[in-house]
Amino acid sequence: MKYVLLFGDTKERAKQWEAMPEAQKQAAYAPITQWFERYGRKITGGHELQPDRTATTVKFNNGKAVVTDGPFIEGKESIGGYAEVNVADLDEAIEMAKGWPTGGLVEVRPVVDRGEPQR
Amino acid sequence: MFRQETGRLTAALVRALGDFDMAEELVQESLLEAVEHWPKDGIPDKPGAWLLTTARRKAIDQFRRQARFRDKLALLEGVLMRDDTAEGDDRLRLIFTCCHPALSREAQVALTLRAVAGLTTTEIARAFITSEATIAQRIVRAKRKIVDAKIPYRVPAERDMGERLDEVLAVLYLMFNEGYLATAGERASRRDLAEDAVWLAGLMVRLMPEEPEALGLLALMRLHLARADSRFDDEGNLVLLQDQDRSRWDQERIGSALVALRRAAALRRSGPYQLQAAIAACHAEARAWEATDWRQIVALYDALLELLPSPVVQLNRAIARRYLDGADAALPDVDALKEALEDYYLFHATRAELLRDLGRDAEGRAALARALELTANPAERALLQRRLG
Repeated sequence: MKYVLLFGDTKERAKQWEAMPEAQKQAAYAPITQWFERYGRKITGGHELQPDRTATTVKFNNGKAVVTDGPFIEGKESIGGYAEVNVADLDEAIEMAKGWPTGGLVEVRPVVDRGEPQR
Repeated sequence: MFRQETGRLTAALVRALGDFDMAEELVQESLLEAVEHWPKDGIPDKPGAWLLTTARRKAIDQFRRQARFRDKLALLEGVLMRDDTAEGDDRLRLIFTCCHPALSREAQVALTLRAVAGLTTTEIARAFITSEATIAQRIVRAKRKIVDAKIPYRVPAERDMGERLDEVLAVLYLMFNEGYLATAGERASRRDLAEDAVWLAGLMVRLMPEEPEALGLLALMRLHLARADSRFDDEGNLVLLQDQDRSRWDQERIGSALVALRRAAALRRSGPYQLQAAIAACHAEARAWEATDWRQIVALYDALLELLPSPVVQLNRAIARRYLDGADAALPDVDALKEALEDYYLFHATRAELLRDLGRDAEGRAALARALELTANPAERALLQRRLG
């Protein structure tokens, strides 16, 4: 069963992360790298995303595409990255999410399975 | 009378079919058929076997219609041939799935009542004073999530057990309070959810006899229920603990609660439900209000606060201190909770009592008025009105 883990955090913490000096950031990556290594065999994809300020939203108004600045998710949180995982069931996906080292929030979403062959 | 059989049947079918939704549907249909036939034809000698046969027949009908499920026919054969331990495991799996933390609390409650306790959607709706459509939708959504997000059908692993058991017990306690806190007027027309919750807690204790918190919760529920009848007078007015007629307390229930609590204590792993039950037991064992062991109660609240640091528990501790050390000692404890409990009517009602004890009547009446603004429960309101005079 495939799930996507969406790694979120408050916008405030996301800004702090961005403002972090590079050396400190490298150190902060260590536990994240460890997490990816630990679950390496179950992870089928994923990326860290550039910050909210880089996001562009294309919104359809009566079929007409309108391009606007910013993410479409409104609120205090923003998504900082995602991982695609292949595990037995929701409990296993939750277990991985619980081990996520940076805190914040992790949303666990099952992907739609149309019985396609595994890539 | 159905509930013994339904949970058992649902559990066995879910295990055999690996399909929560279908198993649950089959059981509901079989129950409907029972409701139709039994009054006419009489109750069968073995109601459980009758229901199982009916559910199997219905399953076979469905499988025949859906060719791709043919291989599942064989699975049904296995349903009857299970020993008692395996059946216990089936039911635990069912309970833990219904109370999975990925489901909303509302969904957990509705699903547990239906799949484990065997209530119909109509009964659940009546118990929560809501529409059948709301409950039906809640159940459908929950079942869909179980399937779509692949919530596993199993007893949690050892390392998750503490957390997951807490979740189950929280569901049962919420269910209990929903029934127990209903006012007398409401209770006449509502199904007694408290009794359902006690039954479910008893089931948990049978299935997990080594879990002291399950025993603690069962004891706590029994102790509350033992006093249930004396909580309201003939006019439906709320009667406070200190004014209750203790001769009306159900001694048999108190006795069985104390047995459960002792069994829990022997397992030597304390927990919030055991401590709350122990506090309730102090009250139940006091022959008169004046004989209450407040020192013991304050000590138990201290232990509870270590496990469950919450302002409401602190408020209850302060109330106990009123009787141990006096209102002048308790008031500062209560006042310290102002920020956290500003919107909680019992905070103001408690302050009102303490201020009155200390002869600060004007302030007391103001606090009472504030408490009255904050509660909608008719029985609580009537009590506060009487105090305001």
